[in-house]
Amino acid sequence: MYTIQCDVAVVGAGPAGLAAAVAAKENGAARVLVIERDNAPGGILQQCIHPGFGLTRFNEELTGPEYYSRFTEKAEALGVEYLLDSMVLDVDADGGKVTCVNGKYGVTNVEAGSVVLAMGCRERTRESIVIPGSRPAGLYTAGSAQRLINRQNIMVGKKVVILGSGDIGMIMARRMTLEGAEVVMVVELMDYLAGLTRNRVQCLDDFGIPLRLGHTITRIEGEKRVTGVYVAPVDETKKPIAEKAEFVPCDTVLFSVGLIPENELTRKASIAIDGKTNGPAVNQYMQTTKPAVFACGNVVHVNDLVDNVSAESEQAGKYAARYAAGKFPAAKGEAVCKPGANVRYICPQKIVLSDEAEKVNLYFRVLSPARDVTLRVRCGDTILAQKKEFRVNPGEMNSIAVNTADVADGEIVVEVM
Amino acid sequence: MKKEIICTVCPRGCAITVEGGDGKVTSIEGNGCKRGLSFAETEFTSPVRLLTSTVRVAGKENELLPVRTRTPILRDKLFDVMNAIRATTVTLPVKQHDVVISDVCGTGVDVIASRDME
Repeated sequence: MYTIQCDVAVVGAGPAGLAAAVAAKENGAARVLVIERDNAPGGILQQCIHPGFGLTRFNEELTGPEYYSRFTEKAEALGVEYLLDSMVLDVDADGGKVTCVNGKYGVTNVEAGSVVLAMGCRERTRESIVIPGSRPAGLYTAGSAQRLINRQNIMVGKKVVILGSGDIGMIMARRMTLEGAEVVMVVELMDYLAGLTRNRVQCLDDFGIPLRLGHTITRIEGEKRVTGVYVAPVDETKKPIAEKAEFVPCDTVLFSVGLIPENELTRKASIAIDGKTNGPAVNQYMQTTKPAVFACGNVVHVNDLVDNVSAESEQAGKYAARYAAGKFPAAKGEAVCKPGANVRYICPQKIVLSDEAEKVNLYFRVLSPARDVTLRVRCGDTILAQKKEFRVNPGEMNSIAVNTADVADGEIVVEVM
Repeated sequence: MKKEIICTVCPRGCAITVEGGDGKVTSIEGNGCKRGLSFAETEFTSPVRLLTSTVRVAGKENELLPVRTRTPILRDKLFDVMNAIRATTVTLPVKQHDVVISDVCGTGVDVIASRDME
């Protein structure tokens, strides 16, 4: 069997994998190998041709291809190696071995000092399956429509209804309008927008595309091709009010109904998964419950800004390099991060205490929208950090930094009051 | 004329009320900062947007080159520029930020490549 040896093996060459690989190199890993199933690095950003990336990291507005090329250029300069067109089948978490398959070498073993999981996420389709009606052509997840239109030169429809007000859904509403399609409406189950406000302004309002909050699709009609959908308002329990359903003619439906971290490999490797994020539970080094395996980006928790993905992935790459070199910080204790009032989850889930004090960013999402709130981290009655926020929204991730030197063994609570 | 504008400079998303007419602003209210002031003024008089799209690649039916306007263009020009982009085919290789269409539709702004393509 073909075998490759390296210090750090990275699974996935999207923004997370690229940032981790660059950071691993910068932190002394001699050989870094990125394994990718696509034929080029860049991941989903290859089809994200729209602007809005890099505002916090680079202080300028970049398109997806511009954003990832900042990292591929750096990776190339540092000598990061790629194994493209390769599908990872198995990660042996205890032995640091990654088994993959590709057309050139067949089944290939990658023996690494540490492994970084950066597989990203895929789109939820559940909603499209539970909607009653026929199963005609013309139903797409927003991301697959985006790939077809932006990379493969295939226009998916002329008259479109979009379910879900997530960012990809709104961005596709604009994209399809610019390409000559009519976007009839964007339908959102919740009574608030799922994505960023700037996207509503620039993708929907600019083109007069109606947004129906508190509505959902109750039925899909059509034999060979979609002919329309029934759209109904929902009550307080999110149950559609059937008698108020209205028929909306269309030939295409896009589903932008959320993302699921792609963790088949993680589960197979017996790495603990957090029930709320659906990703591996990690500490501040982005280390999973298997010490040689690190994880970063959307495979850990779904992010709304790639800038945050890059930051946490650099942390994963840095510590994966240190682990491979046998220079990992020795643990002296640990604190579990516990969601308090109006907090759904926190990433990292755990903080390891060592002699190396550092500033750690705790990323979290709120359960429900609120205004004029205080974000607070406390350890018992001691407040470790707090800041005011004008507005919080489940669709926009928050973060607050703590110094590990202030953290005591046990647990810390993050709350929004 | 009175117009409600949602500021997109930062994630705060202030609802700003602008009053004026004939391309002149007489009052701006509701902005949380200075940046919101100039955003609201431009948004009221002549809103601009960065446009991104794709152009066809000669000899490759199923590949597209992602492109963008170098700087934001007038929002009213978006569909004109889209037509110009649709009528364009590039020949490879292309380097990132190469000019694909110069001074598109008389806007004074170039359409440039978002990535290298060989």
